[in-house]
Amino acid sequence: MFRKILIANRGEIACRVIRTAHRLGIRCVAVYSDADRHALHVKMADEAVHLGGAAAKDSYLVIDKVIAAAQQTGAEAIHPGYGFLSENSRFVEACDAAGLAFIGPPVGAIEAMGSKSAAKSIMEKAGVPLVPGYHGDDQSPELLKAEAEKIGYPVLLKATAGGGGKGMRIVDKAADFDQALASAKREAINGFGDDTMLVEKYLVKPRHVELQVFCDSQGQGVYLFERDCSVQRRHQKVIEEAPAPGMSEALRAQMGEAALKAAQAIGYVGAGTVEFLLDVDDSFFFMEMNTRLQVEHPVTEMITGEDLVEWQLKVAAGEPLPKQQQELQLQGHAFEARIYAEDPDQDFLPATGNLSYLRTPEENRHVRVDTGVLEGDEVSIYYDPMIAKLIVWDQDRETALSRLAQALGEYRIAGVTTNTRFLKKLAEAAPFQQADLDTGFIERHEQLLFDETGGSYSPNLLALASLYALLKLDQERRQEAQRSQDPYSPWHGFGGWRLNNNPTLKLRFALPGQEEAEEVSVEASNATGNKNLWSVQLAQHKLLVEGRLEGDRLEAVVNGHHRSIHVADLDNQLTLFTPDEQFSCQWLRPDLDNHEFEEASANLTAPMNGSVVTLLVEPGQAVSKGDALMVMEAMKMEHTLSAPEDGQVEEFFFAAGDLVSQGAELLKFAATEEA
Amino acid sequence: MTVIKSQINTRSPQFAEKDAAMRSLIEDLHEKLDQVKQGGGNKAQERHLSRGKLLPRERIERLLDQGAPFLEFSQLAAWEVYDDFVPSAGIVTGIGRVSGVECIIVANDATTKGGTYYPLTVKKHLRAQEIARKNRLPCIYLVDSGGANLPRQDDVFPDRDHFGRIFYNQATMSGEGIPQIASVMGSCTAGGAYVPAMADESIIVKEQGTIFLAGPPLVKAATGEVVSAEDLGGADVHAKVSGVADHYALNDEHALQLVRRSIARLNWQKQGEVDIQPSRPPAYDPEELYGIVGNDLRKPFDVREVIARIVDASEFDEFKRWYGDTLVTGFARIHGYPVGIVANNGVLFSESAQKGAHFVELCAQRGIPLVFLQNITGFMVGSRYEHEGIAKHGAKMVTAVACARVPKFTILIGGSFGAGNYGMCGRAYDPNFMWMWPNARISVMGGEQAANVLAQVKREQHERNGTDWPEAEEEAFKKPVRDQYENQGHPYYASARLWDDGILDPVQTRDTLGLAISASLNAPIQPTRFGVFRM
Repeated sequence: MFRKILIANRGEIACRVIRTAHRLGIRCVAVYSDADRHALHVKMADEAVHLGGAAAKDSYLVIDKVIAAAQQTGAEAIHPGYGFLSENSRFVEACDAAGLAFIGPPVGAIEAMGSKSAAKSIMEKAGVPLVPGYHGDDQSPELLKAEAEKIGYPVLLKATAGGGGKGMRIVDKAADFDQALASAKREAINGFGDDTMLVEKYLVKPRHVELQVFCDSQGQGVYLFERDCSVQRRHQKVIEEAPAPGMSEALRAQMGEAALKAAQAIGYVGAGTVEFLLDVDDSFFFMEMNTRLQVEHPVTEMITGEDLVEWQLKVAAGEPLPKQQQELQLQGHAFEARIYAEDPDQDFLPATGNLSYLRTPEENRHVRVDTGVLEGDEVSIYYDPMIAKLIVWDQDRETALSRLAQALGEYRIAGVTTNTRFLKKLAEAAPFQQADLDTGFIERHEQLLFDETGGSYSPNLLALASLYALLKLDQERRQEAQRSQDPYSPWHGFGGWRLNNNPTLKLRFALPGQEEAEEVSVEASNATGNKNLWSVQLAQHKLLVEGRLEGDRLEAVVNGHHRSIHVADLDNQLTLFTPDEQFSCQWLRPDLDNHEFEEASANLTAPMNGSVVTLLVEPGQAVSKGDALMVMEAMKMEHTLSAPEDGQVEEFFFAAGDLVSQGAELLKFAATEEA
Repeated sequence: MTVIKSQINTRSPQFAEKDAAMRSLIEDLHEKLDQVKQGGGNKAQERHLSRGKLLPRERIERLLDQGAPFLEFSQLAAWEVYDDFVPSAGIVTGIGRVSGVECIIVANDATTKGGTYYPLTVKKHLRAQEIARKNRLPCIYLVDSGGANLPRQDDVFPDRDHFGRIFYNQATMSGEGIPQIASVMGSCTAGGAYVPAMADESIIVKEQGTIFLAGPPLVKAATGEVVSAEDLGGADVHAKVSGVADHYALNDEHALQLVRRSIARLNWQKQGEVDIQPSRPPAYDPEELYGIVGNDLRKPFDVREVIARIVDASEFDEFKRWYGDTLVTGFARIHGYPVGIVANNGVLFSESAQKGAHFVELCAQRGIPLVFLQNITGFMVGSRYEHEGIAKHGAKMVTAVACARVPKFTILIGGSFGAGNYGMCGRAYDPNFMWMWPNARISVMGGEQAANVLAQVKREQHERNGTDWPEAEEEAFKKPVRDQYENQGHPYYASARLWDDGILDPVQTRDTLGLAISASLNAPIQPTRFGVFRM
């Protein structure tokens, strides 16, 4: 076994690998970029080597630097994690050349599966079932379009070098083909430097079922059962589970054999995943093989009780597979939910910001949290916005799912918009509970899954926010009083004392609404004489609240209902976490300076941190409302900024390639004066 | 420390009767105040709001630190004085805490006669400034006023304590280092233009605030120039061209934020130094004051029962407990502040007056604020008392009270008649603050005595002329005198004319005093030099 390895990755997967390595007594070398100087994986490792700039292309993707880091620190092997260099055959070659063991498959296997079209022809020869499609080298748009016609719409366009949904488009009809092809190619060339496309039949209600395979260098192979990753949005997995619901033993064995056949066809060694589309009639088609450890590998670990990273290390060290097929037992049911910095209500727009408030559910034998961040860490534009993976296990699907919902409720993040509420809704949605799964699940159940309340709020939540504000004011005034020259002055009171009147205190909150923040006024008084009991008047509701605030924990009693909740207060931006709900509002305080001077012309600002891709119009050129003005890229996704009105761009403040921060003014826009 | 042991039986019928009587007075007061808070009425308020402006009390609400106390002055100013209803004299004044600093706030109510200054509006504005000066409190003017009330110009413009005094005060207070901040949130015409112009720092609200010496109609009449109010003296003019305003606010709320910002930057320190302790509530429920005091001045009560419901932990260390016992004097704390209390427990005799003088000297010597609880029919009369020199003994007390330079607070908890008012620090003796309970009465003497005195004079006339004056006629003569005294001695009559700083619910006495004492400590406590005491 190795004594020291280097982990050529960051974030949760780097931490995940370090954990197992440490358990096995292997020392770990981390690598890091400028942005990750203080990241968790650096703290966890025994030593760490700086690679370069924040952008992955200047650090985690620079093969020479990674190899040099391994040599410098005397590491014997490199674990690539997923993403970055994990499926880069040149990197594997470089490792080989440097005499470093690559913890993954041999070059040949990566190359064979690296091009999706090439992979498919290998599979076809090996007798693995394939989706009808065109995987040829002739990439002329006319031919691709003709192939699409032949296959029959809808078809899927996919970059052969791609993955993770990038460079991928579903085309419903011939009329849309050209445009979809162009944008998929643009994404592919930006993302992978290769815009070769394949065209495939698009199955309407398929499930995404993948088989975990493992092969050793002695030529043995096993499959560690399947995972169902059908719940996806924009081709990104959202919640994965194992085993796949409704999977019969026979079908499992059939798919397992097919997967092993696929792996063996390319002389595979190590952990690999063979992805299939499973149709409603139990027929399945090979999609692709991922020649790395998958993001969702923990669900397999939970149902098998095996540590796949341990297996990887052993196999890479030349040892045989720790277990034979018949020794592997599938037990219970596991889910993984991917916690992302993104806004599900805005089409999953990636979010950036500071994880100023981060509380994770308690880990135990049912709940596992794989994460690479700590409170106070920045979610930057440079890397994937995944914050953590929440994995739960229990004896059966139903119980595991209720654990998932509960643990999601305990996952509390503020400072960055995340998908935790969305995930919780998903976990609680009846069709999901009934396992009515397919890759179109989220689109199909939009109404159920997305916030339809349109900024309305429950008076109870606002009463809790009011209670928090009252207790916070109490704390602040006490502290202020202690600091003052006149510490016992009744002027420090905050109950709204008035001469010849009942004391009342007005609290104001801005609620996230559709367009403009709605303001609500809360009148609080403690006319009862009990200093801690407040009466809170909201529109038509009157609620009695009392409680205690310790740090972020609020012991609240609303109309006699006692609950323990948590409050994240980031500059008066409150997020309340109750066991069932999450509620955000802004507490409007007198010194909150929200009076920006408006300019006569509307300027467009960057919706997030990112970079400018292209400017689409010339300054001074007349444009109509809705016309695209510039394209930004953030989180590897394109965003088009459109004209808010008829008018013209007076000036662009950035050029293509420039990095911009969220909120930065991008251009000066002048609307056409109304005649 | 001695804790007062209450002798009150809260289950007695007398207690219940007095309690009910006081409660009905409070209820009546609240009814009047509810009317007053409507300002210029629904229509005027709606018009005001439709322009995007906030009402004066809402402006104050948003100016204050969140939930901070507001000690409003003279809520019933101008009550039933003019034929017009001028609620609160069209101006809201008081002390509030802004950015951690106790400030005087003066806010015009534009919904009441356009916020114009009636004679009592001027008096109320000047009184607020007087409180500011005496207690060294920064001043915030929320200006929204059409200036002097033209039909009443003779009672508003020319005299010393008229309109011009406002600006005199601004200049001289600024000179004393008392900050003057003005926010122009509406019109600010003619003399009113000097409020922001004389301020240390001024703010003007976009499209709402205007400042000019003469409005568009007068300009047109004088020079023929036709100009809009905004172009003549709006926010853009004054913040960008003339420099009359220092800060440009987008709306009322923003203006109030800018005021808060200015106050936060004052580098303000309180200068009054006293020994402070944590506040402790009284051992007895202050609501029991209702049943102790009632509404009938002829029914006496032991003032110690009142003190027990005002001071910290009901602890009261009496001075000369057994000497001159119609005056109760002693040391206590209110909201942690040390105070000397001077309270009436009957008519003043020579001994009680000397005791009072002695005690006031003690407090002045030690820098302890004085609280006067007035319930006094006057000094004792009769030859015995004149011969023992009650006039000079009374004079000693008046001299001591007049000269003492510690903060002084006077509350009329019952009668305030004759020279008793002087010895107990009536309005003329410049207490920092003065309030009346709803049951209190103030006049040169009681209505009955006045009627008797006048009737006596009349009867002597009749006797000299040898004419007959039947009982019935005498009664008919006395009744209007009694009625006049009753009416003019009433707290509403007094408060309407600014003879006090407001009517106080007895239950709020303790808190009001605590706030007032704390506010008064913004000023340094000065050493006292007494005048000549006649021995």
